[in-house]
Amino acid sequence: MRLQYPGNVRVLRFPCTGKIEPNYILTAFERGVDGVMVAGCLEGGCHFLEGNLRARRRIERVRQLLDEIGIEPERLEMFNLSSAEGPRFAAIATEMSQRVARLGPSPLRVKRHKVEAGIQQMREEGEAGLRGEAG
Amino acid sequence: MTLNTQRLVPSSGANGKEPCGAVLICGAGIAGIQASLDLAESGFKVYLLEPSLAIGGKMAMLDKTFPTGDCAMCIISPKLVAVGRNENIEIITLAEVEKISGEAGNFEVVIRQRPRYVDSSRCNACGDCAEACPVTLPSEFDRGLGGRKAIFRPYPQAIPNVFGIVKSERRAPCKAACPAGVNVQGYVALLAKGKIKEAYDVIRERCPLPAVCGRICQHPCETRCNRKDLDEPVSARDLKRFAADYVYAHREEIQDVPPQPAAPQKEKVAVIGGGPAGLTAAVDLRMLGYAVTVFDANPLLGGMLRYGIPRYRLPADVLDHEIQYLLDMGIEAKTSTRLTDPAKLLKSSAAADGNGSEHGEFNAVFAAVGAWLSGKLGIPGEDAKDVWPGLKFLHEVNTGARPTIGPNVLVIGGGDVAMDAARCARRLPGVKSVHLACLERREEMPAHSWEATEALEEGVIFHTSIGPTKILTENEKVTGVAFRACTRVFDEAGKFAPRFDDAQVSALAADTVIVTIGQGVDAAALAPVATGPGGRILADRETLATNVSGIFAGGDGVLGPVSLVDAMAHGHRAAQAIHRYLRGETQPANAPATSTSEEKLAPNPQPDAKPEPRRPMPQAAVGERLAGFREIDLGYSQEEAIAEARRCLSCGLCSECRLCEKACKPGAICHDMAEKTRTLQVGAVLLTPGFEEFDATKRGEFGYGFAPNVVTNVQFERILSASGPTAGHVVRPSDGKTPKRLAFIQCVGSRDTGCDNDYCSSVCCMAATKEAILAKEHEPDLDITIFFLDLRAFGKDFDRYCERAKSQLGVRYIRSFISRTYEMPGTKNLRVVYANDAVQQVEEEFDMVVLSLGLEPSGSVQEQAERLGVVLNRWGFSETSELCPLDTSRPGIFVGGAFQEPKDIPDTVMQASAAAARAMTLLAPARGTCVRTKTYPPERDVTDEPPRVGVFVCHCGSNIASVVDVRAVVERTRELPYVAFADHNLYTCADDTQNLIKDTIAAYRLNRVIVASCTPRTHEPIFRDTLRDAGLNPYLLEMANIRDQCSWVHSQNPQEATAKAIDLVRMAVSRVARSVPLVDETAPVRGGALVVGGGVAGMTAALAMADQGFPVHLVEKQRALGGTAREIHTTLDGQDVGAFLDQTIARVTDNPRITVHLGSRVAKVDGHVGSFTSRLLCDGDGAGTEIKHGVIVVATGATEQKPQTYGYGSDARVLTQLELSGRIGRDDLDLPTNATVVMIQCVEQRNQERPYCSRVCCTTAVKNALLLRARFPAARIMVLYRDMRTYGFRETAYRRAREEGVLFVRYEPERPPQLDLDGHLRLRLYEPAVGRDLLVRPDLLVLAAPVVPRADRGELSELLRVPLNADGFFLEAHMKLRPVDFASEGLFLCGTAHAPKFISETISQANAVAGRAASILSREEIPVSSQIAWVDPDKCISCMTCVHVCPYMAPHVGLNNKAEVQGTVCMGCGSCTSDCPARAITLRNYASTQIVAAIDGLLTGRAQEPDLEPVFPEQVGVAQPRWHVSQPAPAKGTP
Repeated sequence: MRLQYPGNVRVLRFPCTGKIEPNYILTAFERGVDGVMVAGCLEGGCHFLEGNLRARRRIERVRQLLDEIGIEPERLEMFNLSSAEGPRFAAIATEMSQRVARLGPSPLRVKRHKVEAGIQQMREEGEAGLRGEAG
Repeated sequence: MTLNTQRLVPSSGANGKEPCGAVLICGAGIAGIQASLDLAESGFKVYLLEPSLAIGGKMAMLDKTFPTGDCAMCIISPKLVAVGRNENIEIITLAEVEKISGEAGNFEVVIRQRPRYVDSSRCNACGDCAEACPVTLPSEFDRGLGGRKAIFRPYPQAIPNVFGIVKSERRAPCKAACPAGVNVQGYVALLAKGKIKEAYDVIRERCPLPAVCGRICQHPCETRCNRKDLDEPVSARDLKRFAADYVYAHREEIQDVPPQPAAPQKEKVAVIGGGPAGLTAAVDLRMLGYAVTVFDANPLLGGMLRYGIPRYRLPADVLDHEIQYLLDMGIEAKTSTRLTDPAKLLKSSAAADGNGSEHGEFNAVFAAVGAWLSGKLGIPGEDAKDVWPGLKFLHEVNTGARPTIGPNVLVIGGGDVAMDAARCARRLPGVKSVHLACLERREEMPAHSWEATEALEEGVIFHTSIGPTKILTENEKVTGVAFRACTRVFDEAGKFAPRFDDAQVSALAADTVIVTIGQGVDAAALAPVATGPGGRILADRETLATNVSGIFAGGDGVLGPVSLVDAMAHGHRAAQAIHRYLRGETQPANAPATSTSEEKLAPNPQPDAKPEPRRPMPQAAVGERLAGFREIDLGYSQEEAIAEARRCLSCGLCSECRLCEKACKPGAICHDMAEKTRTLQVGAVLLTPGFEEFDATKRGEFGYGFAPNVVTNVQFERILSASGPTAGHVVRPSDGKTPKRLAFIQCVGSRDTGCDNDYCSSVCCMAATKEAILAKEHEPDLDITIFFLDLRAFGKDFDRYCERAKSQLGVRYIRSFISRTYEMPGTKNLRVVYANDAVQQVEEEFDMVVLSLGLEPSGSVQEQAERLGVVLNRWGFSETSELCPLDTSRPGIFVGGAFQEPKDIPDTVMQASAAAARAMTLLAPARGTCVRTKTYPPERDVTDEPPRVGVFVCHCGSNIASVVDVRAVVERTRELPYVAFADHNLYTCADDTQNLIKDTIAAYRLNRVIVASCTPRTHEPIFRDTLRDAGLNPYLLEMANIRDQCSWVHSQNPQEATAKAIDLVRMAVSRVARSVPLVDETAPVRGGALVVGGGVAGMTAALAMADQGFPVHLVEKQRALGGTAREIHTTLDGQDVGAFLDQTIARVTDNPRITVHLGSRVAKVDGHVGSFTSRLLCDGDGAGTEIKHGVIVVATGATEQKPQTYGYGSDARVLTQLELSGRIGRDDLDLPTNATVVMIQCVEQRNQERPYCSRVCCTTAVKNALLLRARFPAARIMVLYRDMRTYGFRETAYRRAREEGVLFVRYEPERPPQLDLDGHLRLRLYEPAVGRDLLVRPDLLVLAAPVVPRADRGELSELLRVPLNADGFFLEAHMKLRPVDFASEGLFLCGTAHAPKFISETISQANAVAGRAASILSREEIPVSSQIAWVDPDKCISCMTCVHVCPYMAPHVGLNNKAEVQGTVCMGCGSCTSDCPARAITLRNYASTQIVAAIDGLLTGRAQEPDLEPVFPEQVGVAQPRWHVSQPAPAKGTP
């Protein structure tokens, strides 16, 4: 259908949402994504019977976890849709993209930049100190 | 009907020949798909024939399926892909059976395949052709609600994943009507899309003078246009003019270069006459490579166009431009050259040699000399100075010389030349009046009526029905003309035979007379060419050859004055004839017919198109016209032209404009493809053609066809579908608004004797309920009403589904007959008129009405069935019997699906597997003889190699490359770690590119491959195969979907799309570097089948497997075989069930492959698919027997629950239906002759406790009532029912029972019949139609008791670890598509253990089990996917989490007290890996290291070589790769 949706979405393929471990989502946040959407089959329509139901519970847990560590839980959402619902996928991707834009960059990303900047500063100071010593 | 047991045993063909191991399946809906897969997976070659472009059938059109609400496409699409991938299934689309000969086991079938016009092996479904195609037609897939292009794929998931064109079998009338063969529909379609230059090019292919022809053509195309029946024809001529004028007016922007001629020929051709016929022949011959010289007596080329047609119709500059264009193609012109004796031009000819005259330089001559002599009146005074021959006059006017004529002009003649002359005269200075006199009446005048009208507008005065007798002169000056009346021009036969009345004379004053009565040929100049009457050249009608060899003739010179387009047609024909002559080819005796008789023309494909009058051609005002010779037709504007072109109805379907050909980069399109016939050798034929919907227009009273808001259920299904024409929004077709009140009308074309469909279509009640539920989910505020007769929710879990619609969603069910609907004019709402419960007429208004259409066999299927020699029943379905439901009348031809009887998807799938099993039984000896398995080179061991990744980025023609900068992707990819090679290709899936991939793998010693192209859903198997061919493990491939996820969805933003593509490739590289080879393992198959249950289901399954050669253990807990069927003596159509049972038992006991264990039960089952070990316990045998088997079949049946109400058990006159069946069968019924028998349906079922329907009771009641009626003709028989669920053809028995006087009285569950037992049976019941209670005293009360599962089902369920549903019946793997499988591999079910069903359905299902089980039992070992879970025993803490999580029970705790996953059972979903607290489980190919690597690759961009950890440590049973520590990273780009 070639429906247009925002270009900041990257897709990772899993055999079933039941395979998505909390670790993957946390890794993604840790590496600096601003939001994660999990797209599973319709409830009751799982090809592996109940993988998507397990995923939903798991995603809820990760949302709580995110909340606890100071990341807005809205950055993570699970949706259920069928393979014939292209327009809905585009709508959801648009909605998530807007939501993330509203929330701004992930705090983790901001902080990591700060940490990296700090490290860089310390390194520069150290190098400067070394040069000072040498000079 | 008696059973043909011969059909049931394997045969090697009656003639002793070995049977053929191939099967032909006709019809590729879900039935054909299922049967194909079953057969191909168990060792048979399958030819899958499909009349349309793609497989998938009706199911692919559905949005969701009942009662589970599964997305239809989601569940069918994997099956489509599986069929497409299976190398032993050959899909043959657009095909049907032509002829069949031979017999069961060895058929020879001739099939006819219509052209697809697309080479399937080249098309890669990029869709560029459809983008380019200008023709939009109503989409059959969306049932006319949406559009599709003329080149199309029915739906995006279609298999074969290839585009195709369906052309009309007849030609578009406009095209067929054009003598010159101009593709009228083609250029009109292109103009409609604003493709003006393309349209012009199409015109030029057959018309060398587009702008001229666009002005003065007599347009026979418009006369034939189908639009004339709707409003007015499309202005094809004016559109042609527009296209040409537009291109000429935009010479700066639009390149208009003449095409290059073919390679030069040595011969030269002379054309005499530069008119349209001569020029056309000259152009054609030039294009064929000949040197052509055109001779003309006039100073300028153009012939009659220049010197005959007035300038106000055809301006000189238009003509000049177009003639110059032709000369630019290299045609030489010799003007002002009057030739005598054309033979002198010839290099050698008998005539020339004979005369001894000089030899010319030409090898052939085309004489297109025209007809320039004006006819004479032959009356006195004609030689006067002021009498002008018409053509001479026009010649003078057109050369710009102003002929000196008097002020009062009289034109004699009524043809086009007369009009031209009169109108020219009107324009000449000094002329005061122009009169025109002719023999004909106004309506008979040969001139075009529009031209006569324009002449009248311009002030020409007509005098009709008079013939001149004398030209009056005075002093040699003309003063007038004397006339007499003409009473008749044409005789009865229409021949010219004027009669005059000399008594009526008149005279007209004039000083100038112009005579325009016919044209002749100047034959004198043509000697030695033979001429005939009127000086016309005698030429062969077809070849245009004259009596002089090498001289051909055409145009007006041969035909007399003809229209421009006829002259051009002659030119084309002459060129072909001369070409053949020069090439020494024989002239065809009969040239291709250019007949345009009506029956050969394509009909209007859009009869519902909205009327829209044609755009009028703007004209100059009359005053301006007379001021000079400026053109009077002003031409369309671009907007007008496009709007006019859009009126085209696309009658030929494809317009053959050939834009697709130009757009298709792989060159897959071939418009000249022809129909093919093929002969196939097959052992058996399966008929699975499915059904067609009833034609709703046949029931006009419901408004379909003219009220836009009345739609069919299939259309509504498309409306509901998210991929449908409204993107899943429930809207009305009339205004696109969401309806508030929606009505379903059931039984349109079903249960209807009026249209001969007096059967029930079985599925519509549930389909309507499903659609109501879906609509309600889309629009919660929608009020939905379903008008029905009986709610036939007879299937598994159907009643629950309807109950949900009723009570939870508030869908209103109204039991009534609809008499009609009518549309409210303003709102387009529909008023439905129906009768309510109290038989009063009620009217109710709805915004939208959905008609639930009945199922019919299609007409074409019936024809095909006839050719196959298969007997059909009176409705056109395949004739079968209840005890042989899979066999047609012709041995070796089997039937599945709705062609046997209307049925839903699960029953269809079941029957398809069953029909497949019947074919397997027949062809068992030939299993494996026609199939092939591909062999691959040995796999290279890459575990010790560091990753060397090759990246292949696909352009997909322009699909990807037009948006994504593929070069940039390649550049950036080359920078990535481990990438040893990266390049881009036009089509990566093309055969040559795949070979390139193989070569590159070898040359660069690649050990990982990335294909950055389209979706892995369709293409991963292809590229995995490529890797295997190159000796690499297929799991070392990764795909990046940069088409679907980048270029398609971000086409507006190429930068973003490119950035995303780079990201996706980076993720893939990072991931694939951590991929390891996985070995697909196998598990051995040991033994045959264990069948639990010795009733009809178990025995039939056992026989169907044993007859294929598989050993079977049949376990029955009773001491005898037979089960419940013992109580059923006959079927509804009177077949003897007892005899059938005896026969079956005998066959089971006699079969050496079946071991029957009577009085036994299964005590223990271990193992998995392919190798189970079970212990059977026999009564009184302590130890029991241990058996090994590959599959298990549950066929334990069901039983009738004895009622506890209505005095059952306490009064001997109260029986159950099953008991009554038994008593009737045993003739053990003692009733008074005038007895009253009452049957109560739905006893203790369809209630809170048992919310399901037992399916069989209604039909059993009808059957028993009919049997009683036959035996006790005087008895009163009454059936008290809630809904009569006599679905399918059972409906006819219900009707017969009513006709034979059986009383059917409905009761509501809230007011059930009450029984008083006081010695008599006194039954009180409420009659809704009468509105009061009735009291009945039955002599026999028969209760429809529920069918319930066996008491020991729980035990078996636990033993086999298979689930039960809420009602205690065994639960299949998937309600729709896996109706006989359990979720666990190798376990199957059939018969009433699955759900209540008829004996015929049980037989089908039992055969289906055999069809499914054969795919396991026919192999020595079964493949086990390697993409499964693996438990690391060192990490496992034996917590049992995985055991609980797994829905398939794949993990179990093994001997070492650690969890182990059974490879044969694991489906690879990965749920266990996510929940394992010790993180001890890895899903192969989805290892966390791979997934995290992909995330790393995307987000950190630092997936650098030192970070690459040993991905798969000791895990996964693969040796630890050593490269990561010991070897340095490879240098890039070196092989």
